[in-house]
Amino acid sequence: MTPLLSVQGITKKYGAHIGCADVSFDLYPGEVMGIVGESGSGKSTLLGCMAGHLTPDAGKVVFDTRTDGPRDTLTMSEPERRMLGRTDWAFVHQHARDGLRMGVSAGGNVGERLMAVGERHYGDIRDKAIDWLGRVEIDADRVDDRPTTFSGGMQQRLQIARNLVTGPRLVFMDEPTGGLDVSVQARLLDLLRGLVRDMGLSAVIVTHDLAVVRLLADRLMVMKSGRVVEAGLTDQVLDDPQHAYSQLLVSSVLQV
Amino acid sequence: MTDQAYNFAYLDEQTKRMIRRAILKGLAIPGYQVPFASREMPMPYGWGTGGVQVSAAVLTPDDRFKVIDQGADDTTNAVSIRSFFQRTAGVATTTATREATVIQTRHRIPEEPLTEGQILVYQVPIPEPLRFLEPRESETRKMHSLEEYGLMHVKLYEDISRHGHIATSYAYPVKVEGRYVMDPSPIPKFDNPKLGDMAAIQLFGAGREQRIYALPPYTRVISLDFEDHPFEPSKADHPCGMCAATDSYLDELIVDDAGGRMFVCSDTDYCEARQAAGHIGKDNGGKGAA
Repeated sequence: MTPLLSVQGITKKYGAHIGCADVSFDLYPGEVMGIVGESGSGKSTLLGCMAGHLTPDAGKVVFDTRTDGPRDTLTMSEPERRMLGRTDWAFVHQHARDGLRMGVSAGGNVGERLMAVGERHYGDIRDKAIDWLGRVEIDADRVDDRPTTFSGGMQQRLQIARNLVTGPRLVFMDEPTGGLDVSVQARLLDLLRGLVRDMGLSAVIVTHDLAVVRLLADRLMVMKSGRVVEAGLTDQVLDDPQHAYSQLLVSSVLQV
Repeated sequence: MTDQAYNFAYLDEQTKRMIRRAILKGLAIPGYQVPFASREMPMPYGWGTGGVQVSAAVLTPDDRFKVIDQGADDTTNAVSIRSFFQRTAGVATTTATREATVIQTRHRIPEEPLTEGQILVYQVPIPEPLRFLEPRESETRKMHSLEEYGLMHVKLYEDISRHGHIATSYAYPVKVEGRYVMDPSPIPKFDNPKLGDMAAIQLFGAGREQRIYALPPYTRVISLDFEDHPFEPSKADHPCGMCAATDSYLDELIVDDAGGRMFVCSDTDYCEARQAAGHIGKDNGGKGAA
């Protein structure tokens, strides 16, 4: 089977300082990869490099495109990459405000990607927007409200709806549950898990919350100082960490 | 002013040359916003500094110049720009659309169809149609170059979701020759259909924003819309009170303190020509029929 995403030797330096160094992994269709590590370990840098927000100094990000098969997205032309960014890819930001248009209604936010790929029928766009609001448990009568009137958890769910409406195959998530209280986190995780399973999505999730990866991720990479120190099946890594840092990370979680 | 300091049509020749280059580039790429080094003009920004510079660059001593402001030849802005070029260029002026070779306009297209050989110069406050949705210039430029115009429809979507129809009634975005999305300046959307396939050259100047763009004659210009909410040019549903015209764009005037109002053509030249031809509206002693 061809991997959906094949990351090969990604290195990004900020001057002399290492952002992330020599990271490689394959992600297969339907698989969810978790990336954990402490602040400053290079998780977000790596995610940015993969999603095309940052330009890595070395390495390849090969994506299995629908039309042309596996291609290195870093050598693609910018229009192609941006097209990918609004069709097959999705990016969920940690802060919903970064991923939403706060001055535009919820329906407009969800519809934007549809309109960006050429949808020109108002009724259809609106129906799809309402359908997606329902799937992320937002009432249909909030469709014309602006995200500024939404709670943090609703904003995050709206951001997810906005990203998934075009049926992407790969979702990048940067701390999707960061900044939400635990009960809202739990609902969001439950929702995400359902969506990922139902749509057969592949996802790369960056987080420092081990509970998130335990629930969502099939495989796990542990990063420290820009390098991957341990990788494997999620349960394996979490239940039997080998590297000293992974052990520290797992033992740092409070047991209630 | 000494003789050496004087130059035809106020601007020096090097500046006009620079502006003409921008105009030619704009004509070569219809709808594309060409940056230019806008000069300080002896008038405040927002009063048509862009239009005045474009007019100065295209005027020749043989031209006949007309200025309209919201369709009217007799408002402050129109009168002062007209007299500015009378003084600095000595060109002939007119209020008759048909006789003019260069027409500078603020927010209207004349009712009378323009012909080949005429130039229509628009004053543009904000040339970027995506500006209110995307504040970053770097990003809007990228969107234009990559033809990413989905955001423009988000604006129209918001209109429909809030008002039940596309409520944008002026500065209605258009797509030029299937490529660039362009702000037609704040003309009423009633005028949008006239933009396309026009015989005259249309030039757009934004002084403060330092952009020039253009539509060469007979360019394809499409107003953006949705399949189920098609574009509709709109006007007040009345005949003109002065000349009884039913096909012209109307201004609404409040005439007393009791809520009395009348509708009158915004294009003064068109209205006066019709009155001279014997068309009398109901507020002008007539019966209201054309």
